[in-house]
Amino acid sequence: MSRHPDLVILQDRVWDTNPALVQLLGLCPLLAVSDTFIKGFALGLATLLAVLATSVTVSALRYLVPHEVRVPAIVLLLASFVTIIDLGLKAYFYELSEVLSIFVPLIAVNCMIIARAEEFAACSEVRLSLFDGLATGLGFLLALAALGTLREMLGYGTLLRDAALLFGERAGGLEISLDAHYPGMHLVRLPAGAFFILGLLIALRRALDTRGTAEALKGEHASVNDSMGHAPA
Amino acid sequence: MTSSMPGFAPDSEPHSVSSIMRQVLYALVPGIALYVWFFGFGIVINCLLATSVALVSEGIMLRLRKRPVTPFLTDGSAVVTAVLLALAMPPYAPWWVTSIAAIFAIVIAKHLYGGLGYNPFNPAMAGYALVLISFPAEMTTWPLPHMLSEMRPGFIDSAMIIFADQPTGALKLDALTGATPLAHVKSELGNMRMVSEAVGAPIFGMLGGKGWEWLSLGYLLGGVWLLYKKIIKWQIPVSMLAGLFIMAVVFYLSDPEIYLSPVFHLFSGATMLGAFFIATDPVTAATTPLGRIIFGAGIGILTYVIRAWAAYPDGLAFAVLLMNAAAPTIDHYTQPRILGEGRQ
Repeated sequence: MSRHPDLVILQDRVWDTNPALVQLLGLCPLLAVSDTFIKGFALGLATLLAVLATSVTVSALRYLVPHEVRVPAIVLLLASFVTIIDLGLKAYFYELSEVLSIFVPLIAVNCMIIARAEEFAACSEVRLSLFDGLATGLGFLLALAALGTLREMLGYGTLLRDAALLFGERAGGLEISLDAHYPGMHLVRLPAGAFFILGLLIALRRALDTRGTAEALKGEHASVNDSMGHAPA
Repeated sequence: MTSSMPGFAPDSEPHSVSSIMRQVLYALVPGIALYVWFFGFGIVINCLLATSVALVSEGIMLRLRKRPVTPFLTDGSAVVTAVLLALAMPPYAPWWVTSIAAIFAIVIAKHLYGGLGYNPFNPAMAGYALVLISFPAEMTTWPLPHMLSEMRPGFIDSAMIIFADQPTGALKLDALTGATPLAHVKSELGNMRMVSEAVGAPIFGMLGGKGWEWLSLGYLLGGVWLLYKKIIKWQIPVSMLAGLFIMAVVFYLSDPEIYLSPVFHLFSGATMLGAFFIATDPVTAATTPLGRIIFGAGIGILTYVIRAWAAYPDGLAFAVLLMNAAAPTIDHYTQPRILGEGRQ
């Protein structure tokens, strides 16, 4: 354990206790709008911003907010940031906000963000909370992007579909078709297909994690136990 | 279930997995023979293709799961899954659609759940449902019986359609394919026509669709033989057919211009194949005597509901999968009372 504590947090949040693939938190948006990479990436980015801003402010205000009302305070703060993000999306990326529809406002009730704020930011210094929020959001973003890429490849047979939504008109030409004759698997585009692909991703993560040694298994259990091992919402 | 016992010896008892599977395959012979007679060789190619893909997938999964490969590979269960899958698929389905269905059936629906004896969902139906939802265009290209298309594609032509997407020379795929009777009625009803007008089309025969009705009789024959050999028990097929029949009678009597006749329901689509060969899968069905009756009746009723009011012309696969999901609950509530214990 000679590694820098920040690195430990980063590895824990992104890999060992990845919010989407291990804690299975925030699955509703994860499954609903991850049928292309761009959608998954955009929603991941919005969630990253929300968790980052909430963690930092909750941490900064932790001596001002009475312990008894910390959860309402967290929810209010989170809802304010999500409103800002939502309005920002509507102002600058109108079409993207149409595509993501209700799932951006729904970040306000994402239990993953509330859990980070309540369990970590509310009792940690600002710099660590910032890093924790960043790492958690990054873990969620990576899972969403991976899920989106896989679903897009299977469901549509393309890469970077609808890039114009996020990167402007000129990026429309970025779309790559993997096979012009591939009709695309309709099921993978549906939320039901997202469950299949998510299940396979979780299995893949576990397989990589427990490859070979029993020590890897033990290590994983230990890290889940001493960090925030809570029940899926 | 013998098959779920670790280290069982195949062929060591009269009803071992491999002997059951072999007899199920024998029982499918009349249906398959009639299929070839009426609809050409596509089904044979599809059966062989699905079987090879399923066996390769099974072998790879057994190796990955560090199970003994030879005894499980030769128990015939993968072959039965593949053949049932091929019988459910349109016979001219492109090779890659059949392959995806077979891989999904064996790898995801069977082995990821623990292999033979542990899978909660019927693998063949899971594979079929996957490709039916995923590739609707490829999965709705059904052949016409030879007396309607007036040509009978041979082995080579069928293979060309499956592997290269078109038959050779003068044959045209469009001339060989058409709507199935159930799909025809569904689309005619959608066009505000009456059932009596829809069933006037040349594709309709005495009991169901031309050709298809004979297939159903072939499966019925095989199913009765399985009952006679005590491979399957009577509860599931009888209650399933009864459930479908009673639903069909009630609605047919209420309005015969909107609802198809009960006999037509029994001899169309996958009814007979499903009742005797698919719903009776011992791993995924309910196991108590009363449970089997509820399980079968549920499949029959759901099949009717999907056929009559849902978007798909036939609903057997979905009905089976839904009842598979309900089977553990059904078993839980229908456990026979242990002698001497009071009623709750």
